[in-house]
Amino acid sequence: MAIVDVEISAFDNGRDPARATGYQDAPPRMGFFTDTSVCIGCKACEVACKEWNHVPEDGLVFTGMSYDNTQGLGADTWRHVAFIEQTKSMGAQITTPAQVGDSAGAGAGAGAQLPATAGDGGDGDNPVRWLMASDVCKHCTEAACLDVCPTGALIRTEFGTVVVQEDVCNGCGYCVPACPYGVIDQRPDDGRMWKCTLCYDRLQVGAEPACAKACPTDSIQFGPLDELRARANERLAQLHGSGVPEARLYGHDPGDGVGGDGAFFLLLDEPEVYGLPPDPKVTTRDLPQMWRRVGMAALALAGGVAAVFAATPGRGAGTAVGRVRR
Amino acid sequence: MSSKTKKARRAATAPHDGNGHTHAVTREGLSPMAQPGREAVPGSAVVAEAASKRPEPDANGHASRRGGGKREELMVPRAEFQSYYGKPILNEPTWQAADIAGYLFLGGLAGAGATIAAASQASGRPGLARVMKAGVAGSAGLSLAALVHDLGRPARFLNMLRMFKPTSPMSVGSWILAGFAPLSGAAAACAVTGKLRPIGTAATYGAGALGPALATYTAALISNTAVPAWHEGHREMPFVFASSATAAACGLGLLAAPAAETEPVRRLGAIAGMAEVSMSKLMEERMGLAAECYHEGAAGQLIRAAEVLTTAGAVGAAVSRRSVLLRRASGAALLAGSAVTRFGIFKAGVASARDPKYTVVPQRERLAEIPPGEPS
Repeated sequence: MAIVDVEISAFDNGRDPARATGYQDAPPRMGFFTDTSVCIGCKACEVACKEWNHVPEDGLVFTGMSYDNTQGLGADTWRHVAFIEQTKSMGAQITTPAQVGDSAGAGAGAGAQLPATAGDGGDGDNPVRWLMASDVCKHCTEAACLDVCPTGALIRTEFGTVVVQEDVCNGCGYCVPACPYGVIDQRPDDGRMWKCTLCYDRLQVGAEPACAKACPTDSIQFGPLDELRARANERLAQLHGSGVPEARLYGHDPGDGVGGDGAFFLLLDEPEVYGLPPDPKVTTRDLPQMWRRVGMAALALAGGVAAVFAATPGRGAGTAVGRVRR
Repeated sequence: MSSKTKKARRAATAPHDGNGHTHAVTREGLSPMAQPGREAVPGSAVVAEAASKRPEPDANGHASRRGGGKREELMVPRAEFQSYYGKPILNEPTWQAADIAGYLFLGGLAGAGATIAAASQASGRPGLARVMKAGVAGSAGLSLAALVHDLGRPARFLNMLRMFKPTSPMSVGSWILAGFAPLSGAAAACAVTGKLRPIGTAATYGAGALGPALATYTAALISNTAVPAWHEGHREMPFVFASSATAAACGLGLLAAPAAETEPVRRLGAIAGMAEVSMSKLMEERMGLAAECYHEGAAGQLIRAAEVLTTAGAVGAAVSRRSVLLRRASGAALLAGSAVTRFGIFKAGVASARDPKYTVVPQRERLAEIPPGEPS
C-alpha cells in the first residue's frame, strides 16, 4: 500500500480525517485507548516502540522524577511513561492499620483481603498513590503538525493517523511549536522531525502497534476508534461505580479543541498533572482570522506608503535639507 | 466486556495474535484470565462503602518547581497550577534565533523596502529607489540564506515548493519569497547597472506589490503555533510586523539614501516607528498571562531596548527636517529597533513554551468559562 501524498483540506479536516483527506474506501479509523488506571509502569511500551521502530537512544540520565528517566515525548521517545507520586488515596484504597480495622469490622466479603493491600504505609495516616501513564502522539482529528507542514512530509494515512514521511521532511521545524501536546521534535544529528507513526507498517499488515502488543495489562488498547470510545465509556462507568470518581476521559471528545484525539486516555487526575494540556486547541482554527489580519496589515502598509509618498512634495521641494548638497 | 468480545476484536485487528494479553504464569504454563486485567479497579479492596466516606482529593499534586523561585505578580488571579515536575508541555521551537528572528527582521525590511522602492521610483526619487532596491535585494538574499541554514536538511530546501498549502503560512511564505527574491534581484541589478530599464521597472513594481505580503505573512507564521506568547498575539501581530517592517525600511532609506530624497521616508518612518511601539503595547495588553514573557528575562530586556530605540528613531525622524545627521542617526535607530523587536518577540515565544504555566493556566481559565459538562 503506497503512501499517498495528498493535500489536506484547508481549515477543515472533518470528523473522518482519512475520508476528508481523500481516501476512497478508507478502513475504520484506528487509534489507542490508554487506560492509565491499569498501567503498572513497566515501560514495556517504551522498549517495544524503540525496538520496533529503530528509535535511537536519547540520553541515559537519572532525573529523580520518581521512576521516570525518560522525561517526555520527543524525536526519540514515542511512548513515554509518566510516574506521579501523590499523597492522595487511590480510589477506595485503605492505607492505615486503623482503617483496616474499621473496614474489616464493617465487613463485606472483600474486606477479608485487606491486609494484603494495606501494607503500604505503616507510617500513620498518610495516604499515597502512584500514578503511571503511557503518553503517546494523539493523532489528532485536526492535527496542527499536519496543517502547518509546508513540504507535505506529514500526511494523514488511510487509518486516520498522522505520519511523517522521513524521505520528504526537510527539517523546517514548523510542526514542533505547532503541536499543542509537545509530541513531535527534531532529531538533532539527523535534522528531521520524528514522532509516533502508530506503527503504520504494522497496521498495513493487520498487526497491532508494538506498544499495545507489548503492554502486559492492556493499559494500551488498540482498535477502531469508535469501538475504543465505547469501551472507554464502559470502563469509566465501571470505575465511577466502583468508588473512583476522579477517573475521567481525556481526548475522547470529537467536540474538543482538536476534534478529538485518535489516541485518548483514561486519567485519574487533572491532565496537567500528567504533563498534558488541559484544553488543547489546534492553532489553525484561528488561522483564517490571522490571514484576514495579515491582509489588513498588508493593505495598511501599502496604503500608508502610498499616502505618505503622495502627500510629500516632489524631489528637493519644500525642505531645507532638499537644498543641501549631499 | 467479555473475553469473547475481546478475542474477536483481536482476531479482527491482529490476525497473527491468537492469545489474549491477560494471563498468569502457572506451573502448567500460561493460564488466561487468571487476573482482572483491564477490568481491574485501582484501590478496589473495599469498594462501595469506603468510597462513600472517602475524602475529596486535595490539590497537592506536583506544583511547578520552575515557577517557585521567581514567581512574580500575575496578571490573572489564579497563580496556582499543577504540572508534571515543572516540565514544559510544549516542545520548544527548534529554530535558531539568529536565523529565524533574523529572518523576521530581514524579510520585513525587504518587503516594506520593496514597496518604498516602487513608490520612490514612481514619485521620481531615483536615489532613494536605488538605495532601497539594493537593500531589499541584499536582505532578500540574506533571508533565503538564513531560512535554508535553519533547515534540518538544507539540501532539501526545494521541498518547500512541493505543494501550496494555505494552512501553512510557511508554505505560503515560501511561494511569496520564491516570487519576490528574483524580482528584487532583477530590480536591484537593473538599478545598479543601469541596463534593461523596462525590465527593472517591471521588477521594481512586481516586488513592490509582493512586498506587503512578505512583510506581514511572518506574523501568521509565528502566531500559527501553540506557543502562547506568539499565538495569543495573533490579532495584533500582523500590525506589529507591518509597522516594524516599514520602520526598518524607512530607517534604511534615512540612513543611506541621498538626503535630498529622504523626506517621504522621514515622515513615514516617524509614523511607522510610533505605530510599532503602540501596536506592540496593545498586543501585550490584550495577550493575557503570556504577556509576562514580554516583560521578564532576556526577552523583556530586548523588548524594552527596542521600545527605546524605536521611539528615539521615530521622534528623531519627526524632528530631523533640517538635520541630515539626525536623519541618519534616526534611521539607524529605527533599523536597530525593528531588529531588536523581532528578537524580543522570538525570545518571548521560546520563554512561554518553556514554562508550563503559560499553557496550563489560560487553558484552565478557558475551561472554567465553559459551563460544567465533561470533566476533561
